[in-house]
Amino acid sequence: MTWTPVCDYDAMLPERGVCALVGNVQVAVFRTYDGALHALANRDPFSGAYVLSRGIVGTRKGEPTVASPLHKQVFSLVSGRCLDEDAVTVPVYPVRVAGGCVEVSV
Amino acid sequence: MNRIVVVGYGPAAHRFVETLADKGFDGRITVIGEEPRPAYDRVALTSYLSGTTAEDLTYPVPGGVVTRLNTRVTGIDRQAGHVVTEDGGAEPYDVLVLATGSAPFVPPVPGAEHAFVYRTIEDLDAIRVAAKDAAEGVVIGGGLLGLEAADALRALGLKAHIVEMSPWLMPRQVDEGGGSVLKSHIEELGLSVHAGAGVQDIVTDGEGRVTGLRKPDGTLVDAQVVVFSAGIRPRDELARSAGLAVGERGGIVVDSAMRTSDPSIYAVGECALAGGMVYGLVGPCTTMAEVAAEQIMGGQAVFEGADLSTKLKLLGVEVAQFGAMDGALDVTYMDPVAGVYKKLFISDDAQTLLGGICVGDASPYTTLRPFVGKPLPAAPSDLLFTGSGAASLDLPDDAQVCSCNNVCAGDIRTAIAGSGAADVAGIKACTRAGTTCGSCVPMLKQLLEKSGVEVSKSLCEHFTYSRAELFDIVRVRKISTFSQLITEHGQGRGCDICKPAVASILASLHNGHVLEGERAALQDTNDAFLANIQKNGTYSVVPRIPGGEITPDKLIVIGEVARDFGLYTKITGGQRIDLFGARVEQLPEIWRRLVDAGFESGHAYGKALRTVKSCVGSTWCRYGVQDSVGMAIALELRYRGLRSPHKLKSAVSGCARECAEARSKDFGIIATEQGWNLYVGGNGGFKPRHADLLAKDLGTDELIRTIDRFLMFYIRTADRLQRTAAWIESLDGGLDYLREVIMEDSLGLCADLDAQMEHHIATYADEWQATLDDPDKLSRFVSFVNAPGVPDPSIVFGSERGQIRPAVAR
Repeated sequence: MTWTPVCDYDAMLPERGVCALVGNVQVAVFRTYDGALHALANRDPFSGAYVLSRGIVGTRKGEPTVASPLHKQVFSLVSGRCLDEDAVTVPVYPVRVAGGCVEVSV
Repeated sequence: MNRIVVVGYGPAAHRFVETLADKGFDGRITVIGEEPRPAYDRVALTSYLSGTTAEDLTYPVPGGVVTRLNTRVTGIDRQAGHVVTEDGGAEPYDVLVLATGSAPFVPPVPGAEHAFVYRTIEDLDAIRVAAKDAAEGVVIGGGLLGLEAADALRALGLKAHIVEMSPWLMPRQVDEGGGSVLKSHIEELGLSVHAGAGVQDIVTDGEGRVTGLRKPDGTLVDAQVVVFSAGIRPRDELARSAGLAVGERGGIVVDSAMRTSDPSIYAVGECALAGGMVYGLVGPCTTMAEVAAEQIMGGQAVFEGADLSTKLKLLGVEVAQFGAMDGALDVTYMDPVAGVYKKLFISDDAQTLLGGICVGDASPYTTLRPFVGKPLPAAPSDLLFTGSGAASLDLPDDAQVCSCNNVCAGDIRTAIAGSGAADVAGIKACTRAGTTCGSCVPMLKQLLEKSGVEVSKSLCEHFTYSRAELFDIVRVRKISTFSQLITEHGQGRGCDICKPAVASILASLHNGHVLEGERAALQDTNDAFLANIQKNGTYSVVPRIPGGEITPDKLIVIGEVARDFGLYTKITGGQRIDLFGARVEQLPEIWRRLVDAGFESGHAYGKALRTVKSCVGSTWCRYGVQDSVGMAIALELRYRGLRSPHKLKSAVSGCARECAEARSKDFGIIATEQGWNLYVGGNGGFKPRHADLLAKDLGTDELIRTIDRFLMFYIRTADRLQRTAAWIESLDGGLDYLREVIMEDSLGLCADLDAQMEHHIATYADEWQATLDDPDKLSRFVSFVNAPGVPDPSIVFGSERGQIRPAVAR
């Protein structure tokens, strides 16, 4: 497994996302309120635009989520599953903190 | 039976063809009317003088209906089965419906030919012209319509007199005690009331100009405009000449199916004599129209007379009457200081409510009218004092709640329990209750509450409060962060619904920067990047151009920025320029150039004040009466940056021609010779709505104070994403209530609202300037956090008409 550094963990604000370019893959990385990190594909499958990292982070029945900024479909940060449309899922990527640095693996 | 011809095109004819269309009639419907336009709302006729246009008042013609306007019908050939029009043409029918209405009664006094009547838009046009050179006007007839006409004369700037034969005003609705309270209300407004007086003649000078009216005792009332409003006479002349049965005192005789003495001819509305009565109120007339339509379609509906109860507001005074106007016993409540008079009539055993009269406070009308003919729900003295006593009454199932559409409490309970109507809109859709005059809407709400329907007002799964409740919690508890609010008053960590709503509340109350600290994580992407996201993930930029006024130098800067960054440019509907296709990392560079040239954020991305559009106004326009551009700029600068439950749009027009389209805005201002008219609650969008006139002829200070309070009251109490149009419609008491709160300070809120607006204005700062000055905020404006200089490769453009357009790179 190859890990790519993204940014300092301290640069990640609670309940906001950032986007990293890993090779030619766009990864949306989120930090939730409890400090946990999650990484999803940045591409919004409904619009085809690369925007998920700019969505609002929250919870649905306790599950951490992000809402697409274009048409507000909500995705689980844990599974990548769209909670508004069962059949739709976005890829989830491994993410970790190593030496204060956020890293993802694609 | 496939050809229906309707003669006359007033509200009854309109309801008739509308009902036929609703019921799926598939034959040919022809409506022949002598007026130049289809049916219009005569109840709201007076508003035509204060800015409502004829088009606003006109009802839409149902699809498939053929109309022949400006056409008089001169005869009915019952043998041949056709009507004859004045041009000699014939219109064949299988079923004929006469909806010829009535004509104002003008008594045969000398000089009456110089007087006006008050019925059609053309009548009002004529009165308006005559009022131009007049100082005083007199209305003969102090009934409902007469008082409307007097209000119209007053609105046209005349000193108005009312002459009424009876000893008091509105004798058909109120008794002597009510009449005297009504008189003092009206005299307080500067009108003169001459009750118990007749008309000898209309006096003219040597050149035939009206100078006044002479009463039988010889005294003169000075007036240059005379309007008769002395009752109506059914227009039955066509029926009469065709040999149909007519009443001794006029009116086309109909049975309970609305059929005349010829079974293929029906009559509806004011021309019909039903059960020996001619009805002049819109409620019974539209019921007749519905009955006729049902009958023609094979239904069984009948017209069995109508409740003549009335509730209205004339010259700002509430007047209501229901049930009988006398009884064995009566109980009166009178407060001459407040100008309130309420009386109930009850049976001799003091058990049954027979009727009531209200002047100055019509609240008993709504609660007690359904109890007419039924046991008194409480002691009469309790019922006459306003308030909770009367409001908590349990209505019997057969009590009529909506008299306009004849809907009983039982029907509404069925709609709630059986058809699942869960709110007022649902009840309206199921039963039509509350869809005509709306006076029963408070009753509908009570019935909903009593039925135990819990209308959820929770914002989302994280808060069980409505937006307005959250606003109060944040304000009263002085909460400054989302985390504190959700920890203390909610659950979970929020979502795309509650976070922006709370961000907006915090911004409205504190006016700090939207990207400061934790607040940055609450914002929708538009607010987070201070720009408008587009379908391909790029953003558009709208600099503020207050009032739509811009110097050539600034125009050139916008052009240069667009050219240098390769942006698509388009003029917006709000008189600004939108620059499309910017990537997030370009936004700070673009704004650096714009801010340096003196531009500020236009807040096109926010639920906030957008733009105050203007026409060019009196500075240049030969028609303008006020400086609309100056006013628009002043308002836009005053309210810029104000966050609200939804976007706010405004416009200022410099004269009544309304080139700025102010009446489609949340708050629109139209210049008058005397000042400014303020309209509120307009909307374009998918549910267009013309704004309502909130106040007339305001001075500049008064105008601004009223808008300040309107906006702040809206911000406090509206639901999330509820535009002002829907908000006003949701207010109990509607526009009148709004006027009481923000113009008469009925809730004692105004000082608070004023202070809140002062705070907003004092703390406004340009969001883009502040962002450019703060490296922390700027650091967010990158496509890739690990490659800040790299543009997003997914964003590609094609070209169209010489500019970029989004292309697909997938």
